[in-house]
Amino acid sequence: MKETDIKDDLASIRSLMERSSKFISLSGLSGILAGVYALIGAIAAYKILQQEPAYHLSFGGDTYAGYNDRTVSVLMPLILIAMAVLGASILTGIILSYRKAQQKNQPFWSKTSKALLFHMSTPLVAGGLLIMIFIIRGYFGIVAPASLIFYGLSLVSASNFTFNAVKSLGLCEIALGLISALYPGYGLYFWAIGFGVLHIIYGSVMYLKYDR
Amino acid sequence: MKIPFDKLDKAFENRLRLQIMSVLVANDRYDFNSLKELLDVTDGNLASHLKGLEKEEYILVNKSFLGRKPNTNYEATAKGKTAFADHLDALEQLIKSTKS
Repeated sequence: MKETDIKDDLASIRSLMERSSKFISLSGLSGILAGVYALIGAIAAYKILQQEPAYHLSFGGDTYAGYNDRTVSVLMPLILIAMAVLGASILTGIILSYRKAQQKNQPFWSKTSKALLFHMSTPLVAGGLLIMIFIIRGYFGIVAPASLIFYGLSLVSASNFTFNAVKSLGLCEIALGLISALYPGYGLYFWAIGFGVLHIIYGSVMYLKYDR
Repeated sequence: MKIPFDKLDKAFENRLRLQIMSVLVANDRYDFNSLKELLDVTDGNLASHLKGLEKEEYILVNKSFLGRKPNTNYEATAKGKTAFADHLDALEQLIKSTKS
C-alpha cells in the first residue's frame, strides 16, 4: 500500500460520508432569486395596502380584525401574491438544484433529498395550516411572525441533511419572527427582510462558496 | 522505523468495502439500491462485498418488503464501527510514519 493509495482512501471516505448523508446540490442562485421574488411580492403588497390605509394597521395588528365586506377584496390579492412568491421560489429551487445535481453527476431524487424534503415540509405544512386557520378566524397579525418562525424551524430541521449555512439562515428567520411579534403593524417589513433580504444574503454566500 | 501495516483491517483492503462502511457509519441505515446509486457499482459487485462484510459481522442485514418490492437495508454493527475507527487510526498512523 502506497501513500497515495491511503490518501485516495481517506478522500473517498470523506466524500462518501458527506454525500451519503447530505444533499449538496442545493443551489445558491435559487436562494438569491427567491429573495428577489419576495421583495417584488412585498412591494406589490405594500402598494395594495397603501390604497387601503384603514387596513394597513388591522392586517399588521395583533388584535382580532374580523371580516367585513372590504376585507376579502383586500385579502385575496395579498394571499395570491404570497402563493405566487412561494410557488415561484419552490419551482426555481427545484429546477436549479436539479441542474446542479446533473452537472455534478449526482442523483437528484435520492435518499438525502427525500430526507431533506420530509424534514423541511413537516414544520412548514404544520405552520401553513395554522396560519390558514388564523386567517380564516380573522387574526391577521399572526401571519408575519408565524410564517417567519415556522419557516425558520423548517430550515433548521432540514439543515441536518444539507449545508450548515441553512441552519444559520433558519435561526435568523426564527429570531426575526420573534422580533416581529413584538412590533405588530410592521409585519410586511419583517417579511421583506426575512424572505427577501436574508435570502439574498444567504444565496450570495452559498453561490460564491459552492456554486462556482 | 517499522510501518504498522499489520494494524490495517484485512476486511477493508478492498476500496469498495471501505466505501460501504463509511456510508453505513455516517447513516443509521442505507438500502441496497441507494448504495448502488451512490457508489456507482454493479449489483453483483456490491452484493459480494456486502456479503463479505456481513460474514465479518461488521454489518447487519434487514430484509423487508415495500409493497411487493423487496427492500434490503444495511446497518453497521458496534463491532463494525469499532473496526472502521481502528482502521482509520491505522491509516492516520501510516501517513504520519511516512512523513517523518
